[in-house]
Amino acid sequence: MKMNYSYGLRRGLPIALGYLSVAFGFGISAVEKGLSPIQAILISLTNLTSAGQVAGVDVMIALGGVLEMIVAQFIINLRYSLMGIALTQRLDKSFSNIHRFTVAFAITDENFVMAASEKEKITPSYMYGLITLPILGWTLGTALGAFSGELLPAGVRAALGLAIYSMFVAIIVPPARDSRPVMYAIIIASAMSSIIYYVPWLASHISSGFSVIICAVVASALMAWLRPVEERPEEDSNG
Amino acid sequence: MDKSFVILLVSMALTTYLVRMIPFAFFRSKINSKFIRDFLYYVPYSVLGAMTIPYIFYAGGSVYASIAGFFVAFIMAYCRFSLLPVAGASCAVAYIVGLFV
Repeated sequence: MKMNYSYGLRRGLPIALGYLSVAFGFGISAVEKGLSPIQAILISLTNLTSAGQVAGVDVMIALGGVLEMIVAQFIINLRYSLMGIALTQRLDKSFSNIHRFTVAFAITDENFVMAASEKEKITPSYMYGLITLPILGWTLGTALGAFSGELLPAGVRAALGLAIYSMFVAIIVPPARDSRPVMYAIIIASAMSSIIYYVPWLASHISSGFSVIICAVVASALMAWLRPVEERPEEDSNG
Repeated sequence: MDKSFVILLVSMALTTYLVRMIPFAFFRSKINSKFIRDFLYYVPYSVLGAMTIPYIFYAGGSVYASIAGFFVAFIMAYCRFSLLPVAGASCAVAYIVGLFV
């Protein structure tokens, strides 16, 4: 298979369709939480990430600080660093630094998995093809959700707010089913997150952005210490 | 919220971009610390776990509708349905339950 632009474009289409609907949910929930449609679209256009954006909106709504935002985004998006490192091993020689700077913007879970699953070396034109439609789908979906949200009946709008969280469930449950340590990490993190949420003193002292950071760091460190990973399939790190 | 929005948006986008770009553009070898590699391995799962629970219980309107939607999402994800059907079905169920409760 030729690793050119049009091949990449075709590979990106199913990703874009998925993003369209998930971003629709993000657009609705961002506006429900109090952002303007334009603000929601700007966030999607400049960030292209689901979990980070949900946490980012929460920091914005709570009028959180810049440090909180930076630390939250750093921790939540750290997985992209791993994916980037994995991809560097597969790049074609034509992948100069300029292409790396550009393509890096669009390293997402799904784009990564797609690119990493190609048999041949990854070329810049393939990557540009791959990321074109997902970027469009993510931004367009957010716009549709943010603007049409007000046109939809309240019941539909409320139900669609669930979409992005259901997608998180769809991402973490299958690997948890396959790996006990992964399951423990998820259980520890969500139990801690619930404690912080439901204990009034903790809830009033720890914002939701920092809660995610604390829970993720403690759960991951604990599991890394208790259950070091043995086998490590490269594509396994899609979060 | 406009000025603080812009500041937060820029810090958010810049952090997200640098986290992606720096390793992708400059990384030339392997991380040696086993603990750090294992830590990084668990990060995506614990992040998503902490972001989903308990917030999903309040994301779909009423608590009952949200819990029903979560339940459907969990069962379908366990049966390895892909993202789209899971999200679609859980929203649909939350909507239907929301009509009655």
